[in-house]
Amino acid sequence: MSLNLEQVFRAARLARLAISDAEAERTAAQLNNIFALIEQMQAVDTTGVEPMSHAVDLAQRLRPDAVTEADRRADFQAIAPETEAGLYLVPKVIE
Amino acid sequence: MQWEVVIGLETHAQLATESKIFSGAATAFGAEPNIQACGVDIALPGVLPVLNRKAVECAIRFGLAVGGEVAPRSVFARKNYFYPDLPKGYQISQFEEPVVSGGQLVIRVGQGAEAVEKTVRLTRAHLEEDAGKSLHEDFHGKSGIDLNRAGTPLLEIVSEPDMRSSQEAVAYARALHALVRWIGICDGNMQEGSFRCDANVSVRRKGAEKLGTRREIKNLNSFRFLQQAIDYEVQWQIGVLEDGGKIEQATVLFNPDTGETRAMRSKEDAHDYRYFPDPDLLPLVIDAAWKDQVRAELPELPDAMRARFARDYGLSAYDAATLTAALELARFYESCVAAAGRELAKPCANWVMVDLAARLNRAELDISHSPITAQQLAGLVRRIADGTISNAMGKKVFDALCNGEGADADAVIEAQGLRQMNDSGALEALVDAAIAGNPRSVEEYRAGKEKAIQALVGQVMKASKGKANPQQVNELLRARLKP
Repeated sequence: MSLNLEQVFRAARLARLAISDAEAERTAAQLNNIFALIEQMQAVDTTGVEPMSHAVDLAQRLRPDAVTEADRRADFQAIAPETEAGLYLVPKVIE
Repeated sequence: MQWEVVIGLETHAQLATESKIFSGAATAFGAEPNIQACGVDIALPGVLPVLNRKAVECAIRFGLAVGGEVAPRSVFARKNYFYPDLPKGYQISQFEEPVVSGGQLVIRVGQGAEAVEKTVRLTRAHLEEDAGKSLHEDFHGKSGIDLNRAGTPLLEIVSEPDMRSSQEAVAYARALHALVRWIGICDGNMQEGSFRCDANVSVRRKGAEKLGTRREIKNLNSFRFLQQAIDYEVQWQIGVLEDGGKIEQATVLFNPDTGETRAMRSKEDAHDYRYFPDPDLLPLVIDAAWKDQVRAELPELPDAMRARFARDYGLSAYDAATLTAALELARFYESCVAAAGRELAKPCANWVMVDLAARLNRAELDISHSPITAQQLAGLVRRIADGTISNAMGKKVFDALCNGEGADADAVIEAQGLRQMNDSGALEALVDAAIAGNPRSVEEYRAGKEKAIQALVGQVMKASKGKANPQQVNELLRARLKP
């Protein structure tokens, strides 16, 4: 499997990354190297091996359902570009 | 052309927890903007999610209640998209390995005794976090973002496309709504967005195997809108197809003001969420012991209780279904029967379903705020059954108890002198007076006009101020007028 330039641009667009043609070429080459590595790994016989969803073989720790966080809105909003009436303001987004 | 409608629902039930699914911020509704959004919820760099045990327990409850499979191991995944009310740039959800798979829900379609049962299969239910809220009122041409809701735990419940009409879809939504409240995992408050539905709707020619292309109606937060939106959408799709057009897969919004559905501006990449397992979260492991413990704590489920009411109390299927519409109602009824005696189960059902329901309805109260207790109602039912008061007087006692005019039925009956007349001498005097005072009715009755006796009964009842037993009056009159 290998990626073409169009797919690289699409992936970049989905991640909201603006990349130049030169960067796209470079990225495509790097990604295709990774795919080559994956292909190599695919050759290993993994019959009967459970796929892992995480590198660490542990179970998720759970916390009790309790409110432990106090209101820190003032601190958080001090570094926000724009706020009003307790809201964060962002460029208009409406569907 | 005959068309068949195919509907599947995706429902988001907000789980009844105190804190968020991955953080210790509060979930209370109606707080000032952004005061319940901590560093995890607003996605400050370096924060990590820690899963709320109660949210998982709610999912287990649901899985057990619908007879689904609760996965011994499930995985959280990132659903990637950009929107300002989603600060991380992804929503933590479950994708390939959800916490609950399968299960089913029995629904009742139609009204009263004509209702038909149908089983709707469930595909899955998975845990996820809610997004924040965007406010598009005018903030100088900008949008305002409130992240209080970000990270609120949701259970997304996905049905199979088993419904064939908007009525069935509403019946399913109602049954699901009742169930999540019954098992205490969601408050079901639709105005506050605690229970909202997306409907996947398609149509196909009757008899066709292949499903038509579906459109998804988003965010329906009332049963009425659900029905209206589906009805409109179905007519629209049939119209397009009959005009030789094609349905494009799309996400649509329902406008309650116009009653129409409208496609959202479609973005070509909108549905490429690039799910992958969230490296910040380890697999969720639910062992058999935890499942057993949750099972032991589950209340008797509505279907089982309905069957028991019909069997043990001799109620009709309709009565049993009505009384098990909500857990609080069913519990109220059972306390009433327990206090009145099982032989009075039917009159208890009538009082709860008719008089009490009407009163609650008028006052816009639910059963947990009933103005009369189950014990008070039981006392009233017993006094009617043992002949102390007539049914008509019972209504007076009921109103008095609801208005707080007495501790129990006996107190009200004594205080207001409502006891049925059982002094037969006094009653006979009234009967004789009625016969003497209404020669015409007497004559008519003697001439064979059966109905004339009712006029005489009425006179006696009036003279007794309603305290006579009408049946007893009737018998006395007939005896007196016997030739």
